Amino acid sequence: MDLIVEGVRKAVELVVTLDPEVLGITSLSLAVSASATLISVVVGVTAGTAIALASFPGKRLVATFVNTGMGLPPVVVGLFVSMLLWRNGPLGGLGILYTPTAIVIAQAVIATPIVTGITIGAIQGLPPSLRLQILALGATRRQLLWMLVREARLPLLAGVMAGFGGVISEVGASIMVGGNIRGQTRVLTTATVMETGRGNFDVAIALSLILLSLTLGVNAALTLVQQRRRPR
Amino acid sequence: MTAPACIVELSGVRVERGGVRVLDVPAFGIAEREIVALLGPNGAGKTSLLLSLMALLPRAAGRLLWRGAEVATARDALAARRRMAMILQEPLLFDDTVEGNVASGLRLRGVRRAEARERVAAALARLGLGAIARRSARALSAGEARRVSIARALVLEPEVVLLDEPFANLDARTREAITDGLERTLRETGTAAVLVTHDPAEALRLSDRIAVMSGGAIVQAGPPAEVVNEPASELVASYVGMETVLEGVVVRSAGGELVASVAGRDVHALGAASAGEAVYCCIRPEHVLVESVDPSGSSSARNVFPARVTAISPAGPYLKVKLDCGFPLVASVTGESFAALRLARGREVFASFKATAIHVIRKGEAAPARRG
Repeated sequence: MDLIVEGVRKAVELVVTLDPEVLGITSLSLAVSASATLISVVVGVTAGTAIALASFPGKRLVATFVNTGMGLPPVVVGLFVSMLLWRNGPLGGLGILYTPTAIVIAQAVIATPIVTGITIGAIQGLPPSLRLQILALGATRRQLLWMLVREARLPLLAGVMAGFGGVISEVGASIMVGGNIRGQTRVLTTATVMETGRGNFDVAIALSLILLSLTLGVNAALTLVQQRRRPR
Repeated sequence: MTAPACIVELSGVRVERGGVRVLDVPAFGIAEREIVALLGPNGAGKTSLLLSLMALLPRAAGRLLWRGAEVATARDALAARRRMAMILQEPLLFDDTVEGNVASGLRLRGVRRAEARERVAAALARLGLGAIARRSARALSAGEARRVSIARALVLEPEVVLLDEPFANLDARTREAITDGLERTLRETGTAAVLVTHDPAEALRLSDRIAVMSGGAIVQAGPPAEVVNEPASELVASYVGMETVLEGVVVRSAGGELVASVAGRDVHALGAASAGEAVYCCIRPEHVLVESVDPSGSSSARNVFPARVTAISPAGPYLKVKLDCGFPLVASVTGESFAALRLARGREVFASFKATAIHVIRKGEAAPARRG
């Protein structure tokens, strides 16, 4: 019990005193996961909308792959991205293994299927004749896509939240492609794993609390956007 | 039907879905200011016809023409679409306010903000939606949602508006109110329209021409009274209701009673139309009595006309007797009466019907001259 109380006390102290190391880890976590989510939204919403609207042979198979991808184990992603970026790997020449960029790539790979899958569901969930209605109003192809995405914005923002939630909390890929290097690639999850391993429960609790509040804050902001100006 | 005055027309259009023909229209067009009603069973191809006019269905064959010029490319199709509007069976409103919905088409068509605002306000006022302009489209009753979808289409000031059962699933009162508003708007603005409906009375009231569809084809098209009185087939007859429809002009009207002049004869009826107004008087065959002697003294029927039998045909348990009273009239007669009256072609009889048996439909005012 003392362990927990002491942990929480230490955590509060670390947060209140704006410990520079904790601050650095937090901002890196936020930057990396936000970038990865942004990439996954651009790729996932585009691909998901295209898959949902197009009719082609094997569409169901593609959807199945995407849905499987929503549960992609981060360690598997970490393994593959590591191999790609390894010194002798296909993209080894870029020299970005063990950098924040590598973590962004790995996290984007994890989040993209989540956003894509939710986008497919969201767009397919719209009434089928809505497309005809929008075109009948005189929409161009581009305007049609925009209107559909706009109509599906509530489930799409849920997709963004799910994507961000997935990457801010994953540890396997970050540790494998980032290496948990102090001051360079150490993020909240990797640091928590390390501190727990060392028995520094107070620091681990502090990092966990920060991680929780960060997730809460980002999701609260996205929820606010989702529910914003919803006419009553 | 392919007169050069057509705004939009289909020529030799065939549409297939999964190898099955859903539409086969050699020629169909809509003239300036014309209102065409499309009647027919579900799956007859009515919606496909509307979507084809809007260039929203891939054609297996045929051409779509906009004011005589072929709509060949995607750019042509967009340009044509932007001069029309369509109201689908479902209101399909966007997750936005009422005014946001009404403005949506204007935004897509690139109408300037200030102009759009004015037009939206006018459209909302016209359809009685001003008070709920800022309400969410998700919080509307069925009737309100329908009116919003109509406003969203009419605010575009289309040259042709295509309406796919715009009054479906509405209670009678709401339906009446919306029909009135729509009719007024179409006539005032001279907007041509194609209206899909299941209600022959609605078709009579609103249209200048009725086209009956079945199995993807137009099986009969013509002036409303002609289609209703002379259905080309049993199928058409079953969809237009087998009523006698008489075109007349109200000569006197007082206290809910009116007298309409039909082919020079006075027909007494109940209705709200005023003197000078063009009306259709609809009489169901079962409401027409056929007698061999003049019933004027003994019957309460206000309308008694000497008539001559022109045709007799079996219609289920009854016989359908066509009469000529100076205007055509159809009566249904039981086998027993048929024998008692010794009915035969050319026999002189008396036809009578009560004023209350007539369903008066006011014809849209300022109906343009019909084309054959």
